[in-house]
Amino acid sequence: MNPWNHDVAKDEKDLVDVQVDGVWMQMPRGLNVVEVAHRAQKFIPHYCYHPKLSVVGNCRMCLFEMGTPKMGPDRKPVLGADGKPEIAWMPRPQIGCATNITPGMGIRTDSALVKDCRNGVMEFLLINHPLDCPICDQAGECKLQEYSVEYGTGASRFVENKVKKPKNVDLGERIVLDDERCILCSRCIRFSSEVMKDDVLGFVNRGSHSTLTAYPGKSFDNAYSLNTADICPVGALTSKDFRFQMRVWFLKETKSLCASCGTGCNVTIGSREGKVHRLTPRENEAVNSQWMCDFGRLNFHYLESKDRLHRPLLRAAGEQFPGTWADAIQRSVDGLKKVKPEEIAVVASSRLTLEELFVLKRLLAELGVNRVDTVPNPGQADNFLRSGDGNPNSRGTELLGLSSGGRKLGSWGTEIESGKIKALFVLGGEDLIASGLPASTLAKLDLLIASGILTNETTRLAHVVLPGAAFAEKTGSMVNVHGRLQRMTRAIAAPGEAREEWTILRDLRMALTGGNSFHSVEDVWKSMAAEVSQLSGLNWARIGDLGIQIESVAQAAGVKAG
Amino acid sequence: MSIPLHAGTENCVGPEKGEITPAFEKQSDELVSRYPVSKRSAVLPLLHLWQETFGYIGPRGVEWIAKKLSLQEIQVLELVTFYPWFRQKPYGKFHFRVCRTLPCALGGAGKTFAALQKLMNLKSDGHEGAMVSEDGRFSLEYSECLASCGTAPVVLRNDEFYEKVDEKRASDLVTGCR
Repeated sequence: MNPWNHDVAKDEKDLVDVQVDGVWMQMPRGLNVVEVAHRAQKFIPHYCYHPKLSVVGNCRMCLFEMGTPKMGPDRKPVLGADGKPEIAWMPRPQIGCATNITPGMGIRTDSALVKDCRNGVMEFLLINHPLDCPICDQAGECKLQEYSVEYGTGASRFVENKVKKPKNVDLGERIVLDDERCILCSRCIRFSSEVMKDDVLGFVNRGSHSTLTAYPGKSFDNAYSLNTADICPVGALTSKDFRFQMRVWFLKETKSLCASCGTGCNVTIGSREGKVHRLTPRENEAVNSQWMCDFGRLNFHYLESKDRLHRPLLRAAGEQFPGTWADAIQRSVDGLKKVKPEEIAVVASSRLTLEELFVLKRLLAELGVNRVDTVPNPGQADNFLRSGDGNPNSRGTELLGLSSGGRKLGSWGTEIESGKIKALFVLGGEDLIASGLPASTLAKLDLLIASGILTNETTRLAHVVLPGAAFAEKTGSMVNVHGRLQRMTRAIAAPGEAREEWTILRDLRMALTGGNSFHSVEDVWKSMAAEVSQLSGLNWARIGDLGIQIESVAQAAGVKAG
Repeated sequence: MSIPLHAGTENCVGPEKGEITPAFEKQSDELVSRYPVSKRSAVLPLLHLWQETFGYIGPRGVEWIAKKLSLQEIQVLELVTFYPWFRQKPYGKFHFRVCRTLPCALGGAGKTFAALQKLMNLKSDGHEGAMVSEDGRFSLEYSECLASCGTAPVVLRNDEFYEKVDEKRASDLVTGCR
């Protein structure tokens, strides 16, 4: 666990009296002044301080005026006219990040002295800064820019030459460094050292020549390196993937989840005009704190892959042709009606949302289909955020009884060969050929329906291909490997005629069984919550942006092991 | 002006030559043993030892010391580049330091420095740090206060200290190098 967590009090009930800008209040013992001010709805600007990293106190931006209770000759606090202790103010400012509150402490966050200090610090920080905001990717979310407006003078008195430093430094596979923009806060160094235990960054040289660098011959490319671009308060560290792609103020921000593994890191999707430009981690202490892995962060470019399925496809005379949704649904319904329920097998997918899976569950129950399983997707677990489960919603499929962890699936190959299974419905873009089922076996099926996002070997063989929506294109919920129910929200529309799977399944169900109880994804949730005991009493508002634990972590792990 | 990709190694000339002898190993182990709580503290003594032994601290020294103390190389390089005493290239046989702190600067350190530079036939490469003559005989750099402000300007030639070094005296110092 993070040994710092400065924003988390050791004991929320162990309170001490402090005065913040003239108002007495109670705050948890041990918090630092930046966090206390934050809780008091005040803001102390800071660059180097980060609640999840060690405190170094080198930027000096969080200077505040500090006082302690004035003591009388009897060593008792002197009380003022209002009965509250009088405060003796220190003539010199202190740094808020490295000062923990003590009983009776006085804190001034907006006095003339404090304002003057901030102004001076800003002037120093800007002396060697290139002021290249128009071409800087950080512009719009740059603390140097923001604090300059808030606390700076607006004009420079500096007439000397600025120090030249390396620009466009290739730090690693995914990160570029501009040393002239760097304000030497050392957040990236501390993240690498304290969170990743991968010390390759450091400051070399001295004084105004101090320069951030990687050790010569070493590259900064650990699996979480892009988090440093997030915590860099200026435009020194930028993501190669995102830089020069889009001005940040144009991005629509949507709260969602990363769907690249079973952890379900909370993310913010930055999109504009139907295109996702970046994913950034969204703070959730129960899941991913403020971090996410580089793999998950960059795993969205497939949304625009040339292999993307845009229209329903129907097989005729050995080839697939684009068709309408009505034809695709009709063809599926006709094919499924020709076979007995026990001759149908369904590959549900742990990439689908609970809502989508629930519509599927209803449909299968109404049809009387029992053969359903999911394809396991073992991933590369690390000992940080990345889960060994490559599917985002394995717990969800288990919760709804749609998965046997792939154990049933094992016998389907022979059952297709022997004619026991005549129709196969593969959801969520699962590729059975990639997971070991021979194409010749699939070719024996009377009906193969595949829904998915990208063309794969299985969709190529399908009689009907139903184009679905990717994580950023749908609203729903998932359960992560630790048993936490979390929500994702649609950021962009699916391309072409592709649709969210729950609507595909809804239409199939309507045509097959006449069931038409779901008009919106919220309806699906309501029915599901009424039926599934673990979800009873829950609604989307209660799940909230940060999710809710529906199983204990041990329980989730136990189910997984068993 | 081209700026090298890796800051902090602008002055580095490459790996140091020379053998790491058992005596050197023993000496460094002794230095490390002086810091039982945190052997990281031995990094400065080891840097001094390395420089005294090999003349300068190049990548070989940084990597050897990092390994010895279970540190990352960057943590050692940070120190090498922070302290002006540590050098990343060999100095001349006769190394001159001219004080440029205020009393010496007022006393004419600039003139002394320029005279020495001319006598040694040294060209500035635009970087901070010492200039070294092509034949490796002389090197020259500015230093901060050498603690003899009353006799400015002062010069350190290797470990010998000289006071009131004007241009004439500078010339004597150079010709006196044997």
